[in-house]
Amino acid sequence: MMARSRLSPHWIVLGLLALAIVVVPNPIALAAPVEQHFRIEASAFQYTPEAIHVNPGDHVTLDLVSTDVVHGLYLDGYDLNVTADPGQTATLFFTADRAGSFRFRCSVTCGALHPFMIGKLNVGSNDLFWRAIGLGALAVVAGVWVMRPKGDRQ
Amino acid sequence: MMPIELTRNRFVKATLRARWPQFVIRAIALAGFLFAILSGLIGTPVGNHNFSIVFVWIVWWALLMLIVVPFLGRGWCAICPIPMPGEWLQNGALLKPHGKGLSLNRKWPRRFRNIWMQNIAFTLLALFSAVVLTRPSITGLVLLLFLIVALVTSLIFERRAFCRYLCPVGGFIGLYSQVAPVEVRVKDPAVCAVHTEKSCYTGSQDGYGCPWLVYPGTLTKNINCGLCLECLRTCTQDNVAFNLRSFGADLKQPSGRKLDEAFKAFIMLGAALIYSAVMLGPWGALKSAAYAIGTPQWLVYALTLLGLIYVILPGTFLIAVALGRKLTHSKETLKKSFVAFAYALVPLGLMAWIAFSLSFVFASLSYLWPTLSDPLGWGWNLFSTANVAWQPYLMSIVPFLQAGVLIGGLLWACVTARRISAEQQQGRNITLQALPVMGFCFVITGGLMGLLIG
Repeated sequence: MMARSRLSPHWIVLGLLALAIVVVPNPIALAAPVEQHFRIEASAFQYTPEAIHVNPGDHVTLDLVSTDVVHGLYLDGYDLNVTADPGQTATLFFTADRAGSFRFRCSVTCGALHPFMIGKLNVGSNDLFWRAIGLGALAVVAGVWVMRPKGDRQ
Repeated sequence: MMPIELTRNRFVKATLRARWPQFVIRAIALAGFLFAILSGLIGTPVGNHNFSIVFVWIVWWALLMLIVVPFLGRGWCAICPIPMPGEWLQNGALLKPHGKGLSLNRKWPRRFRNIWMQNIAFTLLALFSAVVLTRPSITGLVLLLFLIVALVTSLIFERRAFCRYLCPVGGFIGLYSQVAPVEVRVKDPAVCAVHTEKSCYTGSQDGYGCPWLVYPGTLTKNINCGLCLECLRTCTQDNVAFNLRSFGADLKQPSGRKLDEAFKAFIMLGAALIYSAVMLGPWGALKSAAYAIGTPQWLVYALTLLGLIYVILPGTFLIAVALGRKLTHSKETLKKSFVAFAYALVPLGLMAWIAFSLSFVFASLSYLWPTLSDPLGWGWNLFSTANVAWQPYLMSIVPFLQAGVLIGGLLWACVTARRISAEQQQGRNITLQALPVMGFCFVITGGLMGLLIG
C-alpha cells in the first residue's frame, strides 16, 4: 500500500506567508479623487516628463504635444491611444481606475528607436512591485529553509 | 527525476536519426536567414516594417528565449543555418558523408579552446545593440558577417569551430542549455570505454564525427553539445540516447565548471540589466546615448556597460563569495568558490532574459502581420495584412508574468547556490556560505523588478 505523502509544515508556513503577501490589502489610505492635468512633450524617442504620478480615481487629462515628427501615446493596461501631429496638441481623458505602474509607448513609427520610446504612469502605489519584492524575499527564505535535501536538515 | 530515454520509442529514434527532417528545417531557416540579410540591405530603413528586424529580433528572439532555450537548450543550434554553407564545403556533401571537402581541417588553437572569444563577441554586439537591433542595414551586415566568418572558419578549421568557439549567440545558448529538460547522453559509458572505433567522434559512413568536438562518451553537460544528433547516427553500439530529464540537471554537476563560463553568466546578467534600462526604461537620454555611437555620451554608456558586466557584477559577487567563505572558514580556494557559485546565476540570468523578452516581444509582435505581407517595406500586400495596425498584446498580464518569472528565477538560483555550497560544506555551514550569494541574487532580482515592473 502506498504511503500518503504529507505536506511539510515548512511549506504550509511559506504558503500562508505567500498568500498573505499577495492578498493583504495595501494599508495606505487613498486620497480623494481630483482632476489632474499633464502636458507631455514627445520628441525623438522620449517623453517629457518621462513619468507621471496620479492617485487611483483621479480624472486625468493628458495633453500630448509633439515637438518633431508625429508621435503617439498608447497606455498599457488602459488600452488607450492618442496621436499628435508636429506642433499640435492631442488630448486624452481617462479616469485612473486601475492602480499600479503602467508604461506608455509611442504608437506611431517615429524613427529607429521608436519601439523603445516609453514613458511611465504611476497610479497610486505599485502594489505588484512591492508584493513581488516580498515574494522574492520569501523565495530566498524558501531556498534556505525548505528546499534542501532531507539528510541535510538539522 | 531519472532521465527518460525518448529514443526507446522507435518512431522518435527513426525521426531523430533521419537526416531529411533536420536538413529541410535548416534549409528553410537558411532561406529565411538569407532573405533577412537581403531585406536588411535593400529593404526599407524603417526597422519595424523590415523583415530583418521583425523576424530576427522579435519573432526569432521570442521563439529562442521564451521557448527553445528553456525547453530545448541548444535546439536552435541543431537547426541553425549560419554554419550550413561552411559545413557543405567542409564536408564536400550536403547530407551524408561522401567525397572530400575543401577545408584545411586545422585544429582550433589550444589557447582559444574556451568561450572567451564568444564572451567578447557578445560584448561587442551588446555595445552596438541599440543600432544593430533597430537599423535593418546594420542587422543585414551583422548577419552577413556571421555567415562569412562561419564560412571562413569552416574552410580553415575542423568541424563547427565557429559554433563552438566564436558564435556570440551560441555562447549564451550553451550556458543556458544547462537548465533545459533534454539531453543527448550515452546509455552506458562502459560500452564506450571498450569500443575502440569511437565512431561517434571519428565519424563513419552513417554520419560525421561530433561536429562540436565533443566525445559523447564523457559528455556530462549540455553546454558544448549542439544536439546535432550525429552521434545518434554514428554509434554502432546503439549506446546514444536522447533523454528527457529534470530542469537544471547540469547545474547539479560539480565537475567541469570554468571561469569563462562563469563570466558568461555575469555578461548575460549585466546585459539583461542594461537592456532593461535602455530599451524598456523611460529614460530618453539613455536611449540616445546607446544609439549615438562614437559620441562622448555613447562612450560613457559603453564604459558603464563594460564596467557593470566585467567589474561591478563580478566584483560584488566575489565579495559575496568571500564573505560566505569567511563565515564558514572554507578551505576551498576563492577562485574555485567564485566559479562554482557563478553557476547559480544561470537560472537567474535565463529568467531575467525571459522577463525582459516578455514585455519587448508582446509589445512589438503585431509588427509581424504587416511585415509578412510587405517584408521589404516596398508597398506590397501579399497576404492582405499590410495594413494591420500595431497593437500590443497582453500588456495587462505581462507585468504579472514578469514578476512570476523573476521570483521563480530567484528561487531557482537560491536552491542552486545552496546545492553548490553543499559540495563544499556540511551542516549549518551550507546555508551560511550560500547566504551572501543568495543576497546578491535577491538584490539583482530587485533591480530587475524595479526596471521591468517598477
